[in-house]
Amino acid sequence: MDFLPTLWFILIAVLWTGYLFLEGFDLGVGMLMKTFARDEKERRLLLNTVGPVWDGNEVWLLTAGGATFAAFPFWYASLFSALYIPLVFVLLALIFRAVAFEYRGKIHSDRWRTTWDWAIALGSFVAAFGVGAMLALTTTGLPLNENGDRVGGPFAWFTGYAVVGGLALVGFALVHAAAFIALKTDGEVRHRARRLVGRYLPFALLPMAVWAIAVAVENGKWFSWVLIAVAVVAAVASWVANRAGREGRSFLGLGGFLLAGVAAIFSAVFPVVLPSTLNPLWNLTVENASSSSYTLTLMSIVAAVGVPLVLAYQAWTYWIFRKRISVAHLPEPHDFAPAVGPAAGTAAVGGKN
Amino acid sequence: MCFKDEGNFVEALDIARWQFGIVTVYHFLMVPLTIGLGTLVALLQTRWHKSGNEAYLRMTKFWGKVFLINFIMGVATGIVQEFQFGMAWSEYSRFVGDVFGAPLAMEALLAFFVESTFLGLWIFGWKKLPAKIHLACIWIAVCGSIVSAYFILVANSWMQHPVGVEMLDGRPVMVDAWAVFTNNTALVAFFHTITGAMAVAGGFLLGISWYQLWRRRKDGIDTVDATGRVIVGESATIPGRDKLDHSVWIKSLRIGAVVAMIAFAGSAISGDLSGKLMFEQQPMKMAAAEAACHDGTSFSILSLGDVGAKDCSDVVAVMEVPGLLSFLAHNDFDTNIKGVNTLVPEYQEKYGTHYPDEAKYGDLANTEINYVPIMPVTYWGFRMMIGFGGIAALAAAVALWVTRKGTVPQATWLMRLAIFGILAPFGANAAGWIFTEMGRQPFVVAPNPAMSGVDQVFMFTASAVSRGVSMGEMVFSLVALGTVYAVLLVVEVKLLTKYIRGGVVSAMPELDQTKKKHDDEHGPGAEGGDDVLAFAY
Repeated sequence: MDFLPTLWFILIAVLWTGYLFLEGFDLGVGMLMKTFARDEKERRLLLNTVGPVWDGNEVWLLTAGGATFAAFPFWYASLFSALYIPLVFVLLALIFRAVAFEYRGKIHSDRWRTTWDWAIALGSFVAAFGVGAMLALTTTGLPLNENGDRVGGPFAWFTGYAVVGGLALVGFALVHAAAFIALKTDGEVRHRARRLVGRYLPFALLPMAVWAIAVAVENGKWFSWVLIAVAVVAAVASWVANRAGREGRSFLGLGGFLLAGVAAIFSAVFPVVLPSTLNPLWNLTVENASSSSYTLTLMSIVAAVGVPLVLAYQAWTYWIFRKRISVAHLPEPHDFAPAVGPAAGTAAVGGKN
Repeated sequence: MCFKDEGNFVEALDIARWQFGIVTVYHFLMVPLTIGLGTLVALLQTRWHKSGNEAYLRMTKFWGKVFLINFIMGVATGIVQEFQFGMAWSEYSRFVGDVFGAPLAMEALLAFFVESTFLGLWIFGWKKLPAKIHLACIWIAVCGSIVSAYFILVANSWMQHPVGVEMLDGRPVMVDAWAVFTNNTALVAFFHTITGAMAVAGGFLLGISWYQLWRRRKDGIDTVDATGRVIVGESATIPGRDKLDHSVWIKSLRIGAVVAMIAFAGSAISGDLSGKLMFEQQPMKMAAAEAACHDGTSFSILSLGDVGAKDCSDVVAVMEVPGLLSFLAHNDFDTNIKGVNTLVPEYQEKYGTHYPDEAKYGDLANTEINYVPIMPVTYWGFRMMIGFGGIAALAAAVALWVTRKGTVPQATWLMRLAIFGILAPFGANAAGWIFTEMGRQPFVVAPNPAMSGVDQVFMFTASAVSRGVSMGEMVFSLVALGTVYAVLLVVEVKLLTKYIRGGVVSAMPELDQTKKKHDDEHGPGAEGGDDVLAFAY
């Protein structure tokens, strides 16, 4: 097996894991805006738990996509074009969500805020579902022809795996977000979020477990089962920590579940990056989909410098904003009038020198 | 596969091209303002730290707020940019991936992370971070956006001037990263883009500050004495309209005007360099920019007739400057610049008269290749780029002169002109991109005929589109993205208008003297004192 394409396969799995770990909880927080938060103050509180960091989290998606383009152009081209319609929805969802984060508080009106709340909640849901479906399909296969193009029409990708993958990420994001809120907030919300984790953790993680097990069965490698066992242990540990009121450990336990789960899935399918369900000869693999070793070497150097740097300053950001926040910490939302004088016809009020 | 229905294939290509054009030009409405205004906000905050003058704090806050309203739209629409290569242009992605993917990945890893993370720190870090670190955050974020411009221009310039590769199994593979990342086309385009972005920001400051000063006069706050010199006043009833407010706007106006003029000079220089490279690298684009059918040395000021006619028979040059075209291309007045009629046979000889009979050309296989870009677009695009840029710079100079006594005239039409003038640099940027991308057609990766080595690295746009994606999918995405983009543009402009009309108070509610008296505690590093966050969504 060639070293560089293998390294890059691992790196892309790492980038996806980074994305799922970080944006996982901010997508979940977005979904909880409409399901968990009870009033305007709680919605603002939720929003502000991820306020400083969500945009940086989202770059993991761009980096995973860009790195796939650079290291495995055939994988990138086939996967993204085959999933054209779902990715359009993911893009629209991410657009609405991003704009909503920034614009929601900019006008002081209930209708305005409610509209953007829906944009955040639905945008988060669609983005999570779409990305989950995409990752599930790249590990379970798409109907690709010899050229790597999808056959069978715009919805040929819509299979049980797509649904399982979509639900896997939605479920994980929700429970991870609840654990994050329990860790980041104080007061009533914190306790409610903690109870949510305790109650729903097993159900929320179930679809991802199904996905991992399906891939493990299909590919039949013993270490997949080891990794799945690790993931289950991490999930149980997270649940136990949650019950014991250890919010930090519970959050990390979920991270461990994700890490082991993604490792189980990606290592099981290796060296195939995107199977063709029509003919195994048309599978895209780390070898036939990768860039030249010159490009991979260049990208390795860049990643060796860039990835640790990103991890360092993003970790620093989380450290800066490590304090728990509660509704009492939120400043009053402010509104303002146009800085204009009385309408024409009334006397101008002018302060002279 | 949908090859059976080959008629559809061409239309899917057309729709994919429209989509790329629309989402890219749209994205590039936000990008130059992000780069330019971000740089100015960082400079203003630096000035505040050094001088302690509260006017600069207010400028930082106000322009920073407006910057963020625009920034998020650039972020949101930027994701589409990165995904659409794989989604709609998968054949292109497969062909160029070895060399084109690298700058894209680097842009995300080395620039977008920096930009978004440090901007998050800046937005939420007021009063939380030490003042100097907070200032550093905006600078680091701005550097991130500038670096992102560099990487994406490296990628784009490789499509204009493919260097640093060798053909292997019919695909270009990178063999010389240094050549790719120091591509002369990219370096010049980078300079040109940054100066273009600064021109946008300069015009933006100028137009909005003009409105604010006009508003102060209209509301009777500022008046002028017999010599026309401003007498600054203040209002107790209009939020935020104190004396310092005047200082905020006159300073902003002057900074904007100066920046716009310097930026125009810079973009003229870089544009000239760019033209000389284009003459060498893409002679057809140069000829199309001129609607030049026959060889010559004259720069056309105005050509009439059907500049798009294929045989050039109907083009009448109405007004020309002898020798100027040669100067633009080659720094002298008598180099003969090849016209379309000379270039077409050259291209046909090198790259064929007909598209190859291969499935990937769809309906266009075996049809004649039209090597001439759509000339009305290139001809007028080129002129709009220069024209809008020049008008903006001229307007900035006039504005500086008119406001030399400290305020703007009361005339409403002048204020409207100033607001409208904000659009000129945007128009110049958009026209420049439309020109340079349309002028590259029918190639998506343009061969450079004058240069050995890169003259066989090319790709026709016709073979770049995703072959597995149906016409219906393309139409769906075009309609969906187009609708959402249109709605969001309305929302952004609405929000910008609200915040601009609110004046500095929109970014600093504590300045609203009509609500409550506020003790002025705004020195660098001032602390909030309680647990309430300085900023929250």
